[in-house]
Amino acid sequence: MNQTEIQARESLHPEHIVSPKSYVAVFLALLVLTATTTLVAFVDLGPWNTVVALGIAFIKATLVVLIFMHIRWSSNLTRIIIVGGLFWLAILLALTFSDFATRGWLPILRMRP
Amino acid sequence: MAAEFIPEAEPLHPRDNYLNVRYGVGSWLLTRDHKRIALLYLASITFFFFLGGLFALLIRLELLTPGGDLVQSETYNKLFTMHGVVMIFFFLIPSIPAVLGNFLIPMMIGAKDLAFPRLNLLSWYIYIVGAAFTMWAVVHGGVDTGWTFYTPLSTAAANGHVVATAVGIFITGFSSILTGLNFIVTIHTMRAPGLTWFRLPLFVWSHYATSLIMVLGTPVIAVTLLMVGVERIFHLGLFDPALGGDPVLFQHLFWFYSHPAVYIMILPAMGVISEVVTTFSRKNIFGYRFVAFASVAIAVLGFLVWGHHMFVSGQSVYAGMIFSLLSFLVAIPSAIKVFNWTATMYRGSISWRTPMLYAFGFIGLFTIGGLTGLFLATLGVDVHVHDTYFIVAHFHYIMVGGAIMGYLGGMHYWWPKISGKMYPEGWARFAALIVFIGFNLTFFPQFVLGYLGMPRRYHAYPPEFQVLNVMSTAGASVLGVGYVIPMIYFAWSMRYGKNAPANPWRSTGLEWQTTSPPPTENFPVPPVVTSEPYVYATESEVVG
Amino acid sequence: MADPRRLPHGEDGGPATGPGYLQHHFESLVQQKDASSLGMWLFLVTEILFFGGLFLVYTIYRWSYPLAFADASRHMDVRLGTTNTAVLIISSLTMAMAVHSAAAGRRRLIIPFLAATMLLGTTFLGIKAIEYTEHIRHHLFPGPWFHYPGPQIHARPAELFFSLYFAMTGLHALHMVIGLGILSVLVVQSRRGRYTGQWHTPIEMSGLYWHFVDIVWIFLFPLLYLIGRHVH
Ligand code: HEM
Ligand SMILES: [Cu+2]
Repeated sequence: MNQTEIQARESLHPEHIVSPKSYVAVFLALLVLTATTTLVAFVDLGPWNTVVALGIAFIKATLVVLIFMHIRWSSNLTRIIIVGGLFWLAILLALTFSDFATRGWLPILRMRP
Repeated sequence: MAAEFIPEAEPLHPRDNYLNVRYGVGSWLLTRDHKRIALLYLASITFFFFLGGLFALLIRLELLTPGGDLVQSETYNKLFTMHGVVMIFFFLIPSIPAVLGNFLIPMMIGAKDLAFPRLNLLSWYIYIVGAAFTMWAVVHGGVDTGWTFYTPLSTAAANGHVVATAVGIFITGFSSILTGLNFIVTIHTMRAPGLTWFRLPLFVWSHYATSLIMVLGTPVIAVTLLMVGVERIFHLGLFDPALGGDPVLFQHLFWFYSHPAVYIMILPAMGVISEVVTTFSRKNIFGYRFVAFASVAIAVLGFLVWGHHMFVSGQSVYAGMIFSLLSFLVAIPSAIKVFNWTATMYRGSISWRTPMLYAFGFIGLFTIGGLTGLFLATLGVDVHVHDTYFIVAHFHYIMVGGAIMGYLGGMHYWWPKISGKMYPEGWARFAALIVFIGFNLTFFPQFVLGYLGMPRRYHAYPPEFQVLNVMSTAGASVLGVGYVIPMIYFAWSMRYGKNAPANPWRSTGLEWQTTSPPPTENFPVPPVVTSEPYVYATESEVVG
Repeated sequence: MADPRRLPHGEDGGPATGPGYLQHHFESLVQQKDASSLGMWLFLVTEILFFGGLFLVYTIYRWSYPLAFADASRHMDVRLGTTNTAVLIISSLTMAMAVHSAAAGRRRLIIPFLAATMLLGTTFLGIKAIEYTEHIRHHLFPGPWFHYPGPQIHARPAELFFSLYFAMTGLHALHMVIGLGILSVLVVQSRRGRYTGQWHTPIEMSGLYWHFVDIVWIFLFPLLYLIGRHVH
């Protein structure tokens, strides 16, 4: 990287200083979501209980990543890395499930654990 | 043309390169120079290569005769386990990346060091600590689970020091993770001015792909071994069938890492071959971008096929079919590479130097290994040859015929840069020939044995298999000699070899533009890159 | 004060030491900072996959034994779990504020915020320890002493649940302990005045780590404590 490139990048990415207000807002949102997820868990929504619980967890995690971890102001490379990591986790889950989910399909081999 | 005959290093200037800049044990054990760390790794993996070789020797000696006369089955189980563990985790996975990659990546991208030099040294120490645990287990009686640690054998039944060995591999895994992380960050942030992504040498591309696997795959084997450990120690029944747990789940986790891990072993070797083939054919690489992307494609697709190790494990047949189909996809980028190397050599002016001999060996043997991989990926065929010597032959064609050939080729190619000395060409060619002959004599009969139905991992076998086994053992001793000879002449050359010029092969790589051996900062003046990586052909008839 | 982005290498061209200085092998402080943050995020990716292995095992077994898992989950103490979640969230706020203070150049506030974070982290571990003791007292630790108080038909998969519970929360707690260790180093270094508005990379990176550990808990909490609540 030469000097002009470096200077160009410095002016492009000045360090972002997030105001404490946004932190507090996110913090309050996280507390509210925690309360919600706990309360909702006591209501019978059938299969939706899990969906709601995981959905709220995802929202909370996203808030932390975006604001507390500054991803809202970070480079695309960093975002690709995070999405990539999650995608690899998805590969692990999905292909393993391709085994467990289809085990019952062949009548002679009902071998659920 | 002037550049390649830089006057030989004068003995009157004692402190002009990374080797002689400082002396003493401390200057090595506390170094942060990537080149010195590479040599620390070289020493350690060489030790493990010969240790693993010793186990192999004992295995082959036992198999010389059909009966179990040299060792009992328990001992035999420990021998092949320790052979696999040492060779895979302590030799092959660190081999090219930690030695050649460490040494060369900063030089190839015109940087002074890796992005995190202290982390690099730490990786080596972590490796040593992991190795110490595993060595402790070896000395105190070993393990007998196979390198695969399948549960419930490893959690409930196995004799020996499963936990110590697993802890050793767990720790060493972090060394691998940190090396990969360091490479990725370095390649992203430390390239010389003008060195765009598509001007990177293919060696760097293949290490980038390798590092992706190290970073994305290794944590999974780490946590898997951790689970085996806590199941064995604390009785947390994570894979325990008695509680309704599923040992096949362990296999999923294990192979999620361990299939991609085979590409940790082969991708760096492919990078070496790309460099060697262009240099000694004096041609630009054919289809640069295809070869570069093929590395990344292999790394990605390699994560989608692990279930082909589990066709007969109780995995659902439907999953088996998916994994079988996906496995065929990996063959495509691998084949692209082989085609492109061949096309690069086509009408090139080929010189038969030692590295090139190894490259030829690699291409031929890797192709055989890869094609038999396709046999095995075919669900219906694998049901018959699974757990026979056919498998053993398949992966040795790739790991020994491919990866180790690449490693030796690379060691010869860059030895002048690393040591500042030339190796003796005549001896080296002779050794390469011995290795090639010994290798095929050892492992080709194993294809036949497997096809005829000899199972792997038994210490005794029916007498009708003896002829082929004797051939294999004989080949192994030839191969062993082939590996010892380079050890001797490399050591010899450090003292008595001719001084190496900066660029003995008239290569265009950046690493050859500095002195041999390089100064600590690699380049007296930071280089600026203005052209594509391989500029051998005058007329530009190159794709990509 | 000289522009820190242009601070020189060490005298002899070798590595200069001291805060904010450029290490010898980098061209600029921006490059150095980019490398650290890229490295940290890659490390967090390895952590995703590290915990990911356990999440996979959890998912498969929960999918296989939904009723037993729901039943076993009811032996968790929701009040303690919720409290602990809140504690961790507060600690994430204080951690973010520590990073903020460093970046805004309010150096006097760094240590109080770090200390608050450590206090909250320790509280979390304390509550976790209380929970562990209770479980062990009730024979819920897997192994030969395990005795399931619920319906015996669920006993064996429930033992799987508790194996996962201890493995996952244990690994998480281990990360917390490591985090506390890192924070105490930061406190010591801050007292020596190592961090400035321009250079506070270690605080930032440790912040990322701390938030990541928080996120893991954000998922562990509903998956372990809340799945059986609506079944009566
Ligand atoms: C074209 C690519 C490849 C394909 C399609 C392929 C396919 C397979 C299959 C299906 C098996 C399982 C056979 C069985 O256990 O029944 C296998 C085993 C194996 N392969 Fe490959 N392979 C390929 C490349 C490689 C490479 C590049 C390496 C190493 C560098 C490798 C190393 C191994 C090892 C170590 C095993 C045996 C593991 C064990 O059970 O101990 N393979 N291969
Ligand atoms: Cu495989």
